[in-house]
Amino acid sequence: MVPVEAYFVLSALLFFIGVFGFITRRNLIAMLISVELVLNAVDINFAAFNRLLFPEGLEGFFMTLFSIGVSAAESAVAIAIIINVYRNFHSDQVNSIENMKF
Amino acid sequence: MDYSYVFLILLLPALSFLVLGLAGMKMSHKVAGLIGTCSLAVVTVLCYYTAIKYFLIDGRDATGLFPTVTAFDFVWIKFSELLTFTIGFRLTPISVMMLIVISTVSFMVHIYSFGYMHGEKGFQRYYAFLSLFTMSMLGLVVATNIFQMYLFWELVGVSSYLLIGFYYPLHSAVAASKKAFIVTRFADLFFLIGILFYSFYVGTFSYDLTAMPELHQNVAGVAWVMPMALFLMFIGGAGKSAMFPLHIWLPDAMEGPTPVSALIHAATMVVAGVYLVASLFPLFVEFAPEALHWIAYIAAFTAFYAAAVACCQSDIKRVLAFSTISQIGFMLVALGVCLPGETSGVDNTVEYADVNGLGYMAGMYHLFTHAMFKACLFLGAGCIIHAVHSNEKMYMGGLRKYMPITHVTFLISCLAIAGIPFFSGFCSKDEILVACYNFSPVMGVIMSAIATMTAFYMFRLYYVIFWGKSYYETHKAEGAHQPHEAPLTMTVPLIVLSAITMLVGIFGTLHVFEFGEFVSANGIGFGTHINWAIAGTSTVLAILGICLATYMYKGEETPVADMLARRFPKLHQAAYRRFYLDEVWMFVTHKIIFRCISTPIAWFDRHVIDGTFNFMAWGANAAGETIRPWQSGDVRQYAVWFITGTVALTLVLLCI
Amino acid sequence: MANLVMFCILAVVILGSAVLCVMTKRIMRAATFLLFVLLGVAGLYFLLDYTFLGAAQISIYAGGITMMYIFAIQLVSKRTLQGLVEHLKGSRVLFGGIVTVVGLLTVALVLLKNQFIYRACSVADAEVPMETIGTALLGSEKYQYVLPFEFISVFLLACIIGGIVVARKEKEK
Repeated sequence: MVPVEAYFVLSALLFFIGVFGFITRRNLIAMLISVELVLNAVDINFAAFNRLLFPEGLEGFFMTLFSIGVSAAESAVAIAIIINVYRNFHSDQVNSIENMKF
Repeated sequence: MDYSYVFLILLLPALSFLVLGLAGMKMSHKVAGLIGTCSLAVVTVLCYYTAIKYFLIDGRDATGLFPTVTAFDFVWIKFSELLTFTIGFRLTPISVMMLIVISTVSFMVHIYSFGYMHGEKGFQRYYAFLSLFTMSMLGLVVATNIFQMYLFWELVGVSSYLLIGFYYPLHSAVAASKKAFIVTRFADLFFLIGILFYSFYVGTFSYDLTAMPELHQNVAGVAWVMPMALFLMFIGGAGKSAMFPLHIWLPDAMEGPTPVSALIHAATMVVAGVYLVASLFPLFVEFAPEALHWIAYIAAFTAFYAAAVACCQSDIKRVLAFSTISQIGFMLVALGVCLPGETSGVDNTVEYADVNGLGYMAGMYHLFTHAMFKACLFLGAGCIIHAVHSNEKMYMGGLRKYMPITHVTFLISCLAIAGIPFFSGFCSKDEILVACYNFSPVMGVIMSAIATMTAFYMFRLYYVIFWGKSYYETHKAEGAHQPHEAPLTMTVPLIVLSAITMLVGIFGTLHVFEFGEFVSANGIGFGTHINWAIAGTSTVLAILGICLATYMYKGEETPVADMLARRFPKLHQAAYRRFYLDEVWMFVTHKIIFRCISTPIAWFDRHVIDGTFNFMAWGANAAGETIRPWQSGDVRQYAVWFITGTVALTLVLLCI
Repeated sequence: MANLVMFCILAVVILGSAVLCVMTKRIMRAATFLLFVLLGVAGLYFLLDYTFLGAAQISIYAGGITMMYIFAIQLVSKRTLQGLVEHLKGSRVLFGGIVTVVGLLTVALVLLKNQFIYRACSVADAEVPMETIGTALLGSEKYQYVLPFEFISVFLLACIIGGIVVARKEKEK
């Protein structure tokens, strides 16, 4: 039997790896990939807590399921935006869209 | 008794001002001038109709007095039951007389300006301002209460300011308009304080305290209030009427166009102070006869001072300006020498039973006649300036050949102001002198002397303009151009005004026209009769003054005058520089007020008050500049902040 | 025991791939490592007997989203993305590392301070039946999820349209 702490530690590590990637990478798609890592870390927690702590319910299960759906949608829109940014600025570095800030 | 139409008298000039002021630049000069002149023609007709209706058709009521008619009076601001600020239209003998004076002179000036201002830049603006001024001045004289009068009082001040500064590219015009505005405004401050005193203690803005006897008890306890309030109000009047030492703005105000000088600074606005004292006359007589006498002393001194200065000026408009100051002095002296309820002095015959009213009547009479002949003189001066393109007397001389109409009308007006029989000035000035002799022989003698000086300086002016050697003829070789008679639009007003002067003079001297029948202190009409002891003396003195002027200035050269100027250089210089009054004011304002009061206040304002707000602005700006980089647009940075915040919050929650 | 071994293998795969994913300088490789991470997570779901979830993870994430990334990378530019060598700034890496370590320490603190309440020890290693999932997903009773299900379907539709609109090439003026 795998203890829930193991899942928790795994998910925390994955989460912060994602955060690290998000902070350090400058490429928009790489940042998006890091966000996916973060989302997956959360999903693992939902599923593991549901299964190991509240096995009679299915809330975490469905949360994970919907999270997958939402991240699919998010990726689609984000990639559309990235393609547009690339088209307009001929660069996909984050710095290139900084001049949109004001 | 239906006077419901009179609102048009105020409305038409106001509308004309708005139309010309807003749309004037889109019109041609002719259209703009015609709009102004036509609206004023209608106003003039209405004023004359009102006067005929008021004096002749309606006439005196059952008590034998001309009634005080309030055509309309609506409440603007209500402070208390009695202390209510209303705007209305009030007809009394003097206000109706002022309507005639203002509308006549203003109409003449409107016509005259067609010629004088022909082709000037800002012609439409000029007519707009004239309309504004006429509206304000009419509103002033028909005010139903002191506060309304104050309102219009300030409006005439503004329009005077605008018109003096009409040639605003000229530095001197701007300086003169500012000077006029600041000096009169300074005096108006006292006027306002006086009004506040009066209304606070008495509880009304109305002139007619006699009509409200229950209010008398309000001031019964405090004896000093009424004299002080009235004298403070008089200071306001002294500012507008250029009484010493607040007269300094009037000579400079001649920087404005000459018709404006004729209208505002000779005939109408400058007599507002006289009108004010006349309106408050019952209050003065009842509460503050001493204040009235002080007015007389101030006015007499001013009259003397101005006459002395006028003898030495070289700018013809300045001479006329000082002559105006002097003549206003005459009017105020006449008002000031009224004695309450006494029949003493040299002439206590039946006609003068109410002797205290004589000065009042004489002052108003002089106001009327002076407005006509002084407007005529100014307009004549305008024709001359138009012809020779200068104000200085050295460019004139010998003009009688070139400008016959101007010459004749100018001469008539000079004779009138000098007080020669059969000219209007004689009738009014003679009554003033009688009133002065009634008051005290010393005052009478002084005023007679000033009247002689008046004759002298006016004829000095007349001779240096129309006689003597002609500048054109002596400088023909140097390209001086030939003076020519003014166009018809300019000469017609001269003829009309001199005709009024003549007619009033002839009928007045022959007792066909009795001013006292219309205007008197207590409303009871009386006929004057010429006291030949005084009138004869003053006529002889006037003729003497004229002869002296003829002797000194008629010839090609003026040896006597030059010799006198050489003999008394200091005196001549002092008189020419107006006895250094302007320098005194400059010293007081610049050296004392500016340095000791204004500079510290300005310092406080700049450094403490501004500093506070600048510091606040700087602080806000600095805070903004500090926070601004946080809004970097860098998503990763936001993520870092977000995570940092989450971690911090988690730690805080853990510790609790 | 077998589960624990399985978990350890999956954990090593997931963490290793994740680290490589964020550290690699080539974007294509990052996408590939992401695929391994997602497959590893799917394995975790299988391990938890959430077979359906694992299948969904593989089909949507690994099959759909990753493919989309790869397509995007291929589409955008050869020069910029495929052969892209990113220069990671040392200071930024240091800064990200500090944030990561501090965050991890915080999580560790939370973990040490709290205890999980175990109630699942008795649960048998049985798969959650498909029927239960289907009923819960499409039921409208309590603990049933037809409303979020419908919402997410509308949401996905909206995102599809939004993605098309955003990515659409503007007509040349």
